[in-house]
Amino acid sequence: MKRKKPSSGGGLRRPIQRWGWLFLGPVTAAFALGFVWPFLQGIYLSLCKFRIIKDAQFIGLDNYIAAFQDASFMHSFWYTALFAVVSLVLINVLAFTVAYFLTQGIRGSNLYRTVFFMPNLIGGIVLGYIWSMIFDGILSHYNTSILLETKYGFWGLIILMCWQQIGYMMIIYIAGLQAVPEEMLEAARIDGASKSQTLFKVTIPNVMPSITICTFLSLTNGFKLFDQNLALTAGQPFVIQPDGSSIKTTEMLALNIYNTFYGQNSASKGVAQAKAVIFFVLVAGLGLAQLAYTRKREVQQ
Amino acid sequence: MKRKWLALALAAVMLLGLLAGCGGGGNNAGGNGGNNQQQGDNTGNDGNDGGNQGSEAKGSVYWLNFKPEADELLQEIAQMYTDKTGVPVKVTTAASGTYESTLTSEMDKSAPPTLFVIGNAPAVKTWGDYALDLTGTDIANELNSDAYNLYDADGKLVSIGYCYECYGIIVNVDLLEQAGHKLDEIKNFETLKAAAEDIHARAAELGFDAFTSNDMDDSSSWRYTGHMINLEYYYEEQAAGSKWSDTPDTLTGAYMDNFKNLYDLCVNNSTVARTELATGGHDAQAEFKDGKAVFYVQGSWEYAAVIDSVPSATMIPYYCGVEGEENAGLNCGSENYWAINAMASEDDQKATMDFMVWLVTDPEANELITNGVGGFGAMPYKSAVASTNGFLSHAAELTDSGHYVMDWATNFQPNVNEYRAAFVSALNQYNADPSDANWQAVVTAAIDGWATQAAAAKG
Repeated sequence: MKRKKPSSGGGLRRPIQRWGWLFLGPVTAAFALGFVWPFLQGIYLSLCKFRIIKDAQFIGLDNYIAAFQDASFMHSFWYTALFAVVSLVLINVLAFTVAYFLTQGIRGSNLYRTVFFMPNLIGGIVLGYIWSMIFDGILSHYNTSILLETKYGFWGLIILMCWQQIGYMMIIYIAGLQAVPEEMLEAARIDGASKSQTLFKVTIPNVMPSITICTFLSLTNGFKLFDQNLALTAGQPFVIQPDGSSIKTTEMLALNIYNTFYGQNSASKGVAQAKAVIFFVLVAGLGLAQLAYTRKREVQQ
Repeated sequence: MKRKWLALALAAVMLLGLLAGCGGGGNNAGGNGGNNQQQGDNTGNDGNDGGNQGSEAKGSVYWLNFKPEADELLQEIAQMYTDKTGVPVKVTTAASGTYESTLTSEMDKSAPPTLFVIGNAPAVKTWGDYALDLTGTDIANELNSDAYNLYDADGKLVSIGYCYECYGIIVNVDLLEQAGHKLDEIKNFETLKAAAEDIHARAAELGFDAFTSNDMDDSSSWRYTGHMINLEYYYEEQAAGSKWSDTPDTLTGAYMDNFKNLYDLCVNNSTVARTELATGGHDAQAEFKDGKAVFYVQGSWEYAAVIDSVPSATMIPYYCGVEGEENAGLNCGSENYWAINAMASEDDQKATMDFMVWLVTDPEANELITNGVGGFGAMPYKSAVASTNGFLSHAAELTDSGHYVMDWATNFQPNVNEYRAAFVSALNQYNADPSDANWQAVVTAAIDGWATQAAAAKG
């Protein structure tokens, strides 16, 4: 007993120190193999001209210059930004609304939760094709198609993403709403706060952590969107420029990178790689900025 | 206690994940042994067989197949070869329109395809470096014609044809006669148009229409942006007086009106309205087999699929209003060329070569691969069996009787995926609203788009 040191848990710390590598090793190795190494290789390839990775030839920053000069990349950037903002707002407002009503103790709310969550279990490509049939089933009555008008393609994708993501975000919001302390709500009631006052002054500040997560997820999801974009419109309609080039009006960033990579010659693979690095910086930067912003609004209970 | 078990379970899962990762790495490093094992599994051998093959270092075959319709047949043939010789053969098929991307990613793997397709001049430029020189090899000696050889700039024999095909308009002659027309009377665009428009006008009364659906989704749009547009390229090539040996920098577009003639005829006189083609979802082959339409824009590879349902099926050329087209034949050529991967090990190259020779010399295998459903139709090899493909023999008859063959100038399309995607998008707009302005956009996509992509492909 007299060997016992004042710091608690001393008997446990030594074995942990000795065997720590066993616990850290697998994660570190998997992370390095699965993320760090490909990431570094990707950055290196963005400075190369290559057809297959084994034969990469270093050329410096030319790829980045070409990427920024590419009009289609700029178009897809602004289109993606618009899409991400609109889908961020719609998904979160709707998901919060649904979650709010489903925590009011209405009958069958478990069934509703399940049903709303289900679309999230379907893969993006399948969703894209299913929705393209649904939209065209309607639009064909008006002699048009989702592939013919940019605005149909845009709103079609918004509808698809809302349908898919609202259920997911709803689950997070429900968890957040259920964690709001009952005493606090009761205190608000006793103090005579109206329903909307309770919502905006008590509930929302308390679910701020959920809002942080959900806005982060929907913002990055919006930017990274690929499958649904490819399956729903694949960039159509194109605006055919008089010089024979074309602008794919509903092509988002990830699809633009993909099309650049596979579409052209071996020089374009490096350009696509450079675009992918720019894309990473953009998404990471936006995500972090948004996290920092909403974190400030969280309250400690 | 509970939490401890949970932590232990999580740690175990992580460890398993790592081991799986290591397993993959082991395969990469293990080279041949690992590959054989893996491919033995793929071809469905039992454990013993796989083990045995792993110990014998005799190479294996990995064929990245280009023809989705042949996939089932090739799997069967691969199994047949493995049963016979013990050499593992893996056949992977790229979905239509994704061959380039599949090949790009497969080539970077530690066990890249040993047998792949370099089907045209642009592909020789991109993939030629990775192809084995086939000059004087066993398989090249089996060829009965050098018409299907592709060489790179240094004269290296990069790839050799394994089948040739033709395309045009498949006709259900029985239905045509039921509608009161004769095949003999269709000799040019005027007569084709008269027959098609007459049938379309009386579709309700006849119970069938002129053309099958002409979907513009990825599974079908190539019939127009890849095949029918060939008439424009071909006649342009003819007007210039010589065949292309490389992608021309620009096109004149002189025959776009002829393309428009035939394209309009198809989409205006079809089972499905032209406004409903953009996202597809119709089954043109089924319509043709069920006798819902007389004309079907397709190629010789459809023969085995349709001939049982439509015994009278034959194929006519793309009549499009060009002078002297009474003399036209079918579009004959190939984009099916075998190349052996120069990066593969010598054992694998040898195994691949033996497999190819077996395919073109073994009577049973050759019969199957030539005339089976989804088969190659006709192979330009000495000991290849006679083709039973009626469309191909019809093409030969036409050639023998002095009709000109329209060669596949379409193989020179630059950046083919990007080029065709823009072309399809323009055609969609035009289908929805066939105005002059929209047609002009189609011409821009097909002609100026060619120049743009040809320039981009060089960059």
